[in-house]
Amino acid sequence: MRTFPLRCAPVLLVASLAAGCGGGYTWGWYVVSPWASKGQGNIAFLLSGLGWTVALAACAIAVSVVLGLLVALMGLSRNRLASGANRVYVEALRSIPMLVMVLWVFYGLPVVIGLKLDVFSAGVIALALCDSAFEAEIFRAGIQSIDRGQHEAADTLGLGFADKMRFIILPQAIRRVLPPLGNQFVYMLKTSSLVSVIGLAELTRKANELVVTEYRPLEIYTALIFEYLVLILVVSWGVRRLERKMAAADYRPA
Amino acid sequence: MPQTQTGEPIIRIEAVDKWFDGFHVLRNINLSVRGSEKLVICGPSGSGKSTLIRCLCRLERHQRGRIVVDGFELNDETRNLAAVRSEVGMVFQSFNLFPHLSVLQNLTLAPIRVRGMAPKDAEALAMELLERVRIPEQARKYPAQLSGGQQQRVAIARSLAMRPRIMLFDEPTSALDPEMINEVLEVMEGLAREGMTMLCVTHEMGFARRVADTMVFMDHGEIVESGPPARFFEQPATERCRAFLSQILSH
Repeated sequence: MRTFPLRCAPVLLVASLAAGCGGGYTWGWYVVSPWASKGQGNIAFLLSGLGWTVALAACAIAVSVVLGLLVALMGLSRNRLASGANRVYVEALRSIPMLVMVLWVFYGLPVVIGLKLDVFSAGVIALALCDSAFEAEIFRAGIQSIDRGQHEAADTLGLGFADKMRFIILPQAIRRVLPPLGNQFVYMLKTSSLVSVIGLAELTRKANELVVTEYRPLEIYTALIFEYLVLILVVSWGVRRLERKMAAADYRPA
Repeated sequence: MPQTQTGEPIIRIEAVDKWFDGFHVLRNINLSVRGSEKLVICGPSGSGKSTLIRCLCRLERHQRGRIVVDGFELNDETRNLAAVRSEVGMVFQSFNLFPHLSVLQNLTLAPIRVRGMAPKDAEALAMELLERVRIPEQARKYPAQLSGGQQQRVAIARSLAMRPRIMLFDEPTSALDPEMINEVLEVMEGLAREGMTMLCVTHEMGFARRVADTMVFMDHGEIVESGPPARFFEQPATERCRAFLSQILSH
């Protein structure tokens, strides 16, 4: 029953909002009510952004995991140039606010290097760059937590660096960092809302557009909160499942 | 029971020195090992015995002198390193099995990836080796499900799967409960009878008496004394060796 308070929260929120505990404000839930015809149309409009949000987050996660892993391996290298590059990358990208990164990739890159990107690619790149710096640190911590004996056993068996990482070190390291990595995925899904500022028609953008026509921001943004909540619960569930599956593979009691 | 040994040394260590930061851990080590020779290295902790055999598979680098294993000098040449590592098997005090892989996968990974063996052949070889260390029924289990003695026997089989010509043992029974020591020593004695070249760091003096062709005593980073076990145990030449032996044989 660990999930009980989590399940309770939206119910309480809706109840308090519906009860009108916000002082003199008159709520107009009809704009997003599934039982009103106007609400149904609006819900369909809001949900039409779902595909872009999911695609954006999925692509950004995929790219950032690969980038983060490469940057982490550079950071673990004995080569001074590689480990220096890792520090610069992590410190620089970690310090750029996500919103600024989104704006800069979309409006800045065409000016600086003549690279004109569509909003979706710009969003993926911005999100992936920012997150890869955090993921690099997560991966580095995971890899460093693996006992030196595992490296030594792999080395003495003659496994090369790539094979050692792929078959011995990374499978164990990734298992250990799944919880913080899942955290990062959730964070990324949420921050994908910032890409709405350059006009990608994802969930937040759709909500903004609806607010402009309906003049019901509180109701619409509340609906938006639920959209993200459901998405993130799905991601959390997936990560937990993965954790259990991977944990089951070893340390099974005899 | 000494084996007949080939004349040419398979390992040559010449004037090797090593420092850990400022600490002089190996001092002017000279040693050669012939094919099929069984060498047991003993000495107090901190005497450099583990460091010495770790240098032979280049888990540690020596700073001065030469180490030649099976014709390949151990230096920064990566080609030499790969050649040596495929000839030399190493067994650790802490087993170092791969916990996320089954026993069978622990054994087959290196033959498949390094030797390019077909998975089916690698599995056949692995099962043959598990028979030899007498735990074929554990093939599908994971390391954490095995006892310490079983884990160490799997670790020995894993090294053997690379068909090494030389086996190094770094205190292979020191992490085991007393009742599990013998099952590991028996496997090692079996290997010795088959003519494997072996270097063992161990405090198991009964094993040493039965198996060693040559005993080596190290202290403070030096080889203080070496010779056949009969002479080594009955008439140690140095006071330091005598003191050490009387200490570990008294209990």
